[in-house]
Amino acid sequence: MRQYNKEVIYGIYSDEEDLLRAVRNARSKHLEIMDVYTPFPVHGLDQAMGLSESRLHQAGFVYGALGTLTAFLGMSWIFTRDWPIIFGGKPYWPVPSFIPITFELTVLFAAWGMTITFYTICGLWPGVSNPQLDLRTTDDKFCLAFDCADVSEGEAKSFFNETGADEVNSKMI
Amino acid sequence: MAGGYIAPVRRPLVEGNKTYHQITEDLCSPTERTPSKAWVIAFLISVTVLAYGLFCIVWTIWMGTGTWNLNRTIGWGYDITNFVWWIGIGHAGTLISAILMLFRQRWRTGVNRAAEAMTIFAVICAALFPVIHVGRVWVVFYFFPYPNTRGSLWPNFNSPLLWDVFAISTYFSVSLLFWYTGLVPDFATVRNRATGFRKKVYNFLSFGWTGSAKHWQRWESLSLVLAGLSTPLVLSVHTIVSFDFATSVIPGWHTTIFPPYFVAGAIFSGFAMVQTLMVITRKILKLEEYITLEHIESMNKVILVTGTIVGVAYLTELFIAWYSGYVYEQFAFFNRAMGVYWWSYFGMMACNVISPQIFWVKKFRRSIFVTFFMSIFVNIGMWFERFVIIATTLARDYLPSSWSYYTPTWVEIGIFIGTIGLFFTFYMIFTRVAPVVAIAEVKHILKAGGDQYIGDKAHHGTSHSLESTKHHDH
Repeated sequence: MRQYNKEVIYGIYSDEEDLLRAVRNARSKHLEIMDVYTPFPVHGLDQAMGLSESRLHQAGFVYGALGTLTAFLGMSWIFTRDWPIIFGGKPYWPVPSFIPITFELTVLFAAWGMTITFYTICGLWPGVSNPQLDLRTTDDKFCLAFDCADVSEGEAKSFFNETGADEVNSKMI
Repeated sequence: MAGGYIAPVRRPLVEGNKTYHQITEDLCSPTERTPSKAWVIAFLISVTVLAYGLFCIVWTIWMGTGTWNLNRTIGWGYDITNFVWWIGIGHAGTLISAILMLFRQRWRTGVNRAAEAMTIFAVICAALFPVIHVGRVWVVFYFFPYPNTRGSLWPNFNSPLLWDVFAISTYFSVSLLFWYTGLVPDFATVRNRATGFRKKVYNFLSFGWTGSAKHWQRWESLSLVLAGLSTPLVLSVHTIVSFDFATSVIPGWHTTIFPPYFVAGAIFSGFAMVQTLMVITRKILKLEEYITLEHIESMNKVILVTGTIVGVAYLTELFIAWYSGYVYEQFAFFNRAMGVYWWSYFGMMACNVISPQIFWVKKFRRSIFVTFFMSIFVNIGMWFERFVIIATTLARDYLPSSWSYYTPTWVEIGIFIGTIGLFFTFYMIFTRVAPVVAIAEVKHILKAGGDQYIGDKAHHGTSHSLESTKHHDH
């Protein structure tokens, strides 16, 4: 289990609308949110939290391009330099024949590259255990957490009161 | 996909006035309770059938492919027929997950998890055939281009059979990634309810998922790209499979209609298999409120459309054979309907063209009984289609002195039945181990599809929740 040695104060909400309002409220008050935990992706949450866009798409493009080049240049080298063979009267460099495999390898590299990148940058891997503030955040509760180093307990408690949190707790993770 | 404007004509996608917690309960409990008697019996039958199939495969590898009835000139029989059949079945899963995601069809969330699982199992069954039909299974790695001590001897990149190797491998692994990425949050849900050994297992499977907002953001980004990649992938895979035939020279095979015809046919048979599985699953696991009649009806509409496309393709082939004036093409089709394999052609036409037309009638589209039997017919019909294309055409090609006939041996039939056993064994295990419906995704669409929010039973006034959150569909 990862240990962050942080004291965290968090509020539990029962509805994602309330959570969204709370997040917007926190942002307007310039309270730095440590993290938000939800059982499903909540629309508008990223914008409300001010999360920067993920660069996973760009990474995916690069991986895909790598796949394209690997396939096309690989086959081209094999069929023109390494061991040229005449297959059924086709030219040594049969570009149309290369299209299916080039496409497949583009998709393969993009998918695998993106997926492994995703798990790596999220710190998720088989056997990894992350501390959870409340187990019900994978069920039906929404959690907004502040780091006690950034937000004082009094501020946090009044914030949670104001925004209608059902429960407020603190924990060391 | 949740939120935004919901047209009044939309029907509810989740019934029973569910809360998020109820969704968790309903969808996790099949993995938590002890298996029912029905499950145990189904599992035992599947495993037995699989065991017989394994025996037949081992027999083939040990004794050689001479135990099959492939001959000159019918070099492809049950092996490739079954390969194409299983690959075709697999395509529905990707279509439901990926293409319906791109088309923003919320109803996909009821069936996408099971459909994607079905894809993976179907592709495993399919991949068995190219592997064992080579005979020398122990050097099957020769297919792959790697530097070696034989020259290096490389495979022939001009060959559609090799394109297939890349296409199927890519399709299998990308589908697996897409399926598993969706499963991670759901495994986390199961993990947080589990104790003891089960908790350890699901902890391992869920990769430490916590539901952090940044992780969800990246998860959605990844899912969208995987969907965007999988869509052309699924179209390309069956196109490449069709190239196995279309790039040849024999009449009945050498035709440019094959790629769209095969893809439509794959979607057709795949959806039929999803229907077969969903009709049974929703009954046994009591998930009728998640896999509703709306889902069943939507899938039947797809079956109707793709079946009609396949029918139009058949008629096009016949028309072009006549219009071209090319005697060999004309004979090829005359032979299909009137020759030695006329019974398989008849089966194909009846099951694929005639029977799906029943779904024009709304009452039948929404009937579980009709859906179930139709789904079986469609799969039988699509099997006959592949058999007609392969065996009939090879039996009667250009040179009459080469004409031959093919009937399968017990070994080939055993392998085919064995793959059905393998498929259902996998599916039974899947229903025990993983949530059959995508938990997080259903919660995600609850406010846009739950019957307390839309449809006849909606509480008017709760629509404030749809208007106040002004986010757009992604």
